[in-house]
Amino acid sequence: MSKKRFLKYATLVAAISVSNFAMAAETIKVGVLHSLSGTMAISETTLKDTMLMLIEEQNKKGGLLGKQLEAVVVDPASNWPLFAEKARELVEKDDVAAIFGCWTSVSRKSILPVVEELDSVVFYPVQYEGEESSKNVFYTGAAPNQQAIPAVDYLMNDLGVERWVLAGTDYVYPRTTNKILEAYLKSHGIADEDILINYTPFGHSDWQSIVSDIKKFGSEGKKTAVVSTINGDANVPFYKELGAQGISSADIPVVAFSVGEEELSGMDTGPLVGHLAAWNYFMSVDSEANDNFIDSWHAYIGDEERVTNDPMEAHYIGFNMWVEAVEKAGTIDAPAVQDAIIGVSVPNLTGGLSAMMPNHHISKPVLIGEIQDDGQFEVVSATNGLVVGDAWSNYLEGSKDLIADWRAPLSCGNYNVKTATCSGQNY
Amino acid sequence: MRSLLRCKGDRMINRWFIKSLSRVMGFLMLVMVTCSHAGEAELATHEATLIKAKFDQKAQIIESWYESDRQQAVQLMEMMLASQLYYHKKQQRLYQVVDAKKGATAQRISDGEAVTISKKRDFKRVSINNHLRSLFRQYISEAGLSSPQPEQRLAAAEAVLGNTEPVLMATITRLRAQETDADVLAAFDLVLAVANLQSEDQTQQQAAINILADSLQPASLNALNAFIDTHPASSLLPVASKAVSKIKGKMKFYGNLETLYFGLSLGSVLVLAGIGLAITFGVMGVINMAHGELIMIGAYTTYVIQQLMPNHIGLSLLVAVPAAFVVSGLVGILIERSVIRFLYGRPLETLLATFGISLILQQAVRSIFSPLNRSVETPTWMAGLIDINPLLSLTQSRMYIIAFCLLVFILLLAIMKRTRLGLQVRAVSQNRNMARAMGVRSEWVDALTFGLGSGVAGIAGVALSQLTNVGPNMGQAYIIDSFMVVVFGGVGNLWGTLLAGLSLGVANKLLEPWAGAVLAKILVLVFIILFIQKRPRGLFPQRGRAAEG
Repeated sequence: MSKKRFLKYATLVAAISVSNFAMAAETIKVGVLHSLSGTMAISETTLKDTMLMLIEEQNKKGGLLGKQLEAVVVDPASNWPLFAEKARELVEKDDVAAIFGCWTSVSRKSILPVVEELDSVVFYPVQYEGEESSKNVFYTGAAPNQQAIPAVDYLMNDLGVERWVLAGTDYVYPRTTNKILEAYLKSHGIADEDILINYTPFGHSDWQSIVSDIKKFGSEGKKTAVVSTINGDANVPFYKELGAQGISSADIPVVAFSVGEEELSGMDTGPLVGHLAAWNYFMSVDSEANDNFIDSWHAYIGDEERVTNDPMEAHYIGFNMWVEAVEKAGTIDAPAVQDAIIGVSVPNLTGGLSAMMPNHHISKPVLIGEIQDDGQFEVVSATNGLVVGDAWSNYLEGSKDLIADWRAPLSCGNYNVKTATCSGQNY
Repeated sequence: MRSLLRCKGDRMINRWFIKSLSRVMGFLMLVMVTCSHAGEAELATHEATLIKAKFDQKAQIIESWYESDRQQAVQLMEMMLASQLYYHKKQQRLYQVVDAKKGATAQRISDGEAVTISKKRDFKRVSINNHLRSLFRQYISEAGLSSPQPEQRLAAAEAVLGNTEPVLMATITRLRAQETDADVLAAFDLVLAVANLQSEDQTQQQAAINILADSLQPASLNALNAFIDTHPASSLLPVASKAVSKIKGKMKFYGNLETLYFGLSLGSVLVLAGIGLAITFGVMGVINMAHGELIMIGAYTTYVIQQLMPNHIGLSLLVAVPAAFVVSGLVGILIERSVIRFLYGRPLETLLATFGISLILQQAVRSIFSPLNRSVETPTWMAGLIDINPLLSLTQSRMYIIAFCLLVFILLLAIMKRTRLGLQVRAVSQNRNMARAMGVRSEWVDALTFGLGSGVAGIAGVALSQLTNVGPNMGQAYIIDSFMVVVFGGVGNLWGTLLAGLSLGVANKLLEPWAGAVLAKILVLVFIILFIQKRPRGLFPQRGRAAEG
């Protein structure tokens, strides 16, 4: 090869490699850890799309710290051990600055050891059972005192409910939530025989006897309500059976914690009208921030019929908090972001502000809504102000003396105020 | 002469008559006008406030409206319960809208004028919450007590059972005196009996206890229990306790009947899911892990047909049955011809291959439709309850599913016993080589059998779309149950599948109230495992040298 040609090729190769290197150095990677297949796909695929939309919008605003954001999407396929593997892959191999992901508590608990060992930053957008506060996780979903307890208050005070059915799917979230609710109800003087607790496996499809039992339990003269922590696919046959056996929402109202606009879009909502759900956000809330969010979501996804729901708002809040914390700290390093994010306050979609608390939970309003026949919710009750998420429930023996405070000097997720010790176990 | 006199007198009478008639008419018109004006005045006063009111204020407005103009208030309450009462945001007037979309008619409440909706967002629904719903139902049933139709009176009487308010009792006593319908009379007596339990007169109390003892309403039991709690020293205590135990005995009996019904309906679902597998497993010994996905394909076919015929939901289900049979059958034949044909005699490879096919089918559905569940509507003729008595109500949809299951079973039995294909299928499953020697094309029979089994799975999918959610993971929930039914009942035997499915369903439902849903399923599985130890071939094993070999 002639010297001239060699020089030409060499400069071309050098230019390409330099530009690649430059491009590679220009992006901040954001991990998206949501199931895109398996049983949880119906809930989690929307969240992946939400994250991609938020990242695209932030990039249009100029990115973060002068660099563009790049989404790294992995599919843990509703397989809990795979969540841990994928989380490790995101942090070690892809070098992401933050992970937005998980839905079920099982998946979150699976990734905890990994993200604590690698000191990463995770934003968890789904309502859960509490009893946890990790240095590396920021809980933008509702804790029990931001969803379950206010819902029970509404039923007790506004609807005069005196008999309670606590129906849930058999895993950690409903079990823990029902423990908290049972203690709460008993502390308000409800007798043992006025509480009926029932667990069913995931995907349970034959609800005839259980609904018939609920009907009998509710026909003893006192106003009865069902508090439902039934998760996933089992909700559809449950509500269908309620309708088939003629139980209307005016007779025995059902308040659900895991049924939102997305789950309703797959059901015939005619027989469900009047049943309730408790969340911190509804698509039907009238606010400018919400209207803008819904418009950009419809423009992004290209389908006017798609709905928005509470976990999407949680990701919206979490992402904006992370962006602000990174800008405040001036770096994407996890320890700096963990310090900078406490106290950060961003607008939520219901017209107010949400702030990140020292226990890694946020402050949100609590809304109770009734299902309408178009699959939307009509708000029938709202808390006056914001409710601060409480990681450790005040109604359980083992946790009422615990607080979480990640600021110096405590820097502890489960500090016992009575014995003034940090339990040393990192959650 | 007489006639003249009469004429004169008549004319006088006529004049007087006309005069008084006109006076009466005038008076009546005045009354009517004032009444309608009063109605209009009522509407005018309340219309504006009702639109702006919050939920508690709405309750107060409706209450006062009910006092002054009962008929109009009941009309409006019925409209609100049916989500048909809207208001025009700019005009601030109330409208009745049956279907709120562009081009539909809205009827103004005040003067009945009909308007066409040009922009849906001009109208907003008058919203109510659960508290208002139960309040309205109470008022409507009270108003229904004096309705001209006996069914409405009966429904109203049953709705107020348990209410012992003195004004209501007086109304009912008054209405009872004029009542002619026997059922309504009995219902009124029951309502009064609940109130009479608290009276001072012992004979009245005794009569009330006797009436309540024969009633099956849960409210009667509550009233008797309340009586026993509040009158511990009464001499009627033994009579009341006897009445309570009589009602409780009946409740237990009907409860058991209901559990049996639930068990049969669960069993019929299991039979529908498993019968297709019994055929394919029985004839070819092929373990088809994609059977659940074939059920799912049948359910999605129903969804697609409902999308194509949105105005004929009832008919769509009947069209979906043969359509699902064909679609799932074709997919089954495709699987057999392309994959399973090459793996005969190798059960482990077939298992793996069909498992892979199930994943492919699941992801295909996820990509074509969406990972979210699809909503399949229940036609109106299938929804509803059959009330046998206040303690036993059977859901209509389940009744249709049980009937449908038996129909499918009988049809399959007929195909197997009466048709040429059935003969060939039975021959091939008993002794393949001998059948081939007799001129039966065993590969063709294999393909058709697989198609038949898959088609039946598709039909099961149509039935299941009415009971549970239609999503890509639907098949996973039924594959284990299908295998359970087939293994328990005996491979290849239709009667075995029917008996196995029904008995497993009944067993599951009997255990559920006692052990809980999770444990009941575990116990049933343990039972099957133990049963298989004793009788490895199931309830009705296959006969024939090849089978026993």
